[in-house]
Amino acid sequence: MAVDSKVKEVTETRTDFNNKEAEEVLISFDEDLEITGDEVEIATKEELKEMPVIMSIENLNKEYSKGKSVLKDVNFEIKQGELLSIIGPSGAGKSTLLRSINRMIEPTSGKITFDKQNITNVKGRDLRNMRTNIGMIFQHYNLVDRLSVFENVMHGTLGYKNSLQGIFSLYTESEKEEAIDIITELGIEDHIYKRCDELSGGQKQRVGIARALVQKPKIILCDEPIASLDPSSSRVIMEHLRKICSEKGITVIVNLHQVDVAKNYSDRIIGLNSGEIVFNGHPTEINKEVIQAVYGTDFDDLIME
Amino acid sequence: MSKTSTINANEITIIQKKNLYLLLTVVVIVGLIMLAGYITEYSHVEGIMSIPAAMSWMASNMWFSQSTLSNLGSVMRLLWETILISIVSTTTAAVFAVVFALLGSKLTYINKPLMYAAKIVASISRNIPVVAWALILVISFGTNSMTGFLALFFGSFGFLVRAFLETIDEGSEDSVEALKATGATYWHTIFKAVLPDSMPQMFSWILFMIETNIRSATLVGLLTGTGIGYLFDLYYKQLNYEMVSLITLAIVLAVLVIEAISNIIRREIL
Repeated sequence: MAVDSKVKEVTETRTDFNNKEAEEVLISFDEDLEITGDEVEIATKEELKEMPVIMSIENLNKEYSKGKSVLKDVNFEIKQGELLSIIGPSGAGKSTLLRSINRMIEPTSGKITFDKQNITNVKGRDLRNMRTNIGMIFQHYNLVDRLSVFENVMHGTLGYKNSLQGIFSLYTESEKEEAIDIITELGIEDHIYKRCDELSGGQKQRVGIARALVQKPKIILCDEPIASLDPSSSRVIMEHLRKICSEKGITVIVNLHQVDVAKNYSDRIIGLNSGEIVFNGHPTEINKEVIQAVYGTDFDDLIME
Repeated sequence: MSKTSTINANEITIIQKKNLYLLLTVVVIVGLIMLAGYITEYSHVEGIMSIPAAMSWMASNMWFSQSTLSNLGSVMRLLWETILISIVSTTTAAVFAVVFALLGSKLTYINKPLMYAAKIVASISRNIPVVAWALILVISFGTNSMTGFLALFFGSFGFLVRAFLETIDEGSEDSVEALKATGATYWHTIFKAVLPDSMPQMFSWILFMIETNIRSATLVGLLTGTGIGYLFDLYYKQLNYEMVSLITLAIVLAVLVIEAISNIIRREIL
């Protein structure tokens, strides 16, 4: 009976996950309950206020071509150990914002401070150093498909190596052991020798997470991590990200399409529309007006996935 | 059912338009064939009618006898030489092509001037046909295997750079991005992402090029006086058609065997 009520509770709070496939989702929830059994706990507003700042972004602008701004004067702070979701319609500049943080895209102007260091203009060795501290996972996983899971995960250590060490795969024993620990934690230890193109989407994304964790990052950036996944894999991935954040204290920044997922898992949500921040607050503060401002449509018109 | 759409089905003319274009294309092609035949005084009917006569001539003159078959040894030796030259020139070209492709790819270029230089060199080498290369080189190097090798080398090099470049551009963008984001160096991205991603496709192109080169080697040999092409030319000019047909058959069989082998390799690596 206890399990029964638990299942009901979860489905009630999360029917929004995918109404159409409620049954299928319910089954996967059942499975997951056995594995994690955890309730999602997010930080309260007060707790959030007390968190130290790890990164601040000031007056960030990005123009791909002259006069066409993708990001317009974006200002916000990222707290250490929070799970921050960035929501917004397609083309709002979510990806550009995320990639500006680790300088995969060069911002046109603005200032990014990470760990009290100005990283806006770092180059060469310093840039690589900064990137090792910031892990990244992608919508399309961006793994080297022909290499094994283990090799892909080990790529996370490349930032610490010089070119020759990297080319000849000179990983230390402790690095390998750590990688195995992380792989086991994410539940993909059975696939360690498999080539990545043999894996399912959800498994690939967990390899992506493992690769990011091996970097020993302070921040993990996630660019639409669940946009190519089915509802049950999506949930596994979000749960892992939440765990990484809560248990390891790593700051996680997630670009998301699904408002309800963002509400469920984040400590804070930023709403982006046409390159401008239109909302920055606690998930409980999301209401019809906020949705209207972010997406330009009514809440009821959104497909809830 | 009530009609909800305001668009009238017979107002949509896109399919009729497509059909009209198709009809026009067919008319234009047939017209061009007629025109070309008229200008060159070539009759398609006569051309087709002459096929049976040509066939019977070939059957009577090119059917080789036992005595011709005794020359098989020398044919095989030169065929082997031709195959080796093709393989050596292709693989050598491939080594250089990888470097040029890395320099020329928008994913892995080191700097813009070098990128354009690599692309231009490859383009020049590709756009001069292999026969032209043979003719140019035979003047400066004379008739020997080296000339044949170089002609095939330049022809393959240009093509392989292009093929490798596209392989790199298509296959590695995502993984290169991921590796860069981990703080990997340029050489890490090349050896850990670009090459593992593109190697099988590159091998496939090399195999394709070896096949092509064995075919071209015959023609190149004819011009540079080396390999099986030279032998072909020799007997052809002596009007020894039986030997010509034996050589042709040997080449066809060699190409088929090489193609079969490379298909097996391809299946294994892809």
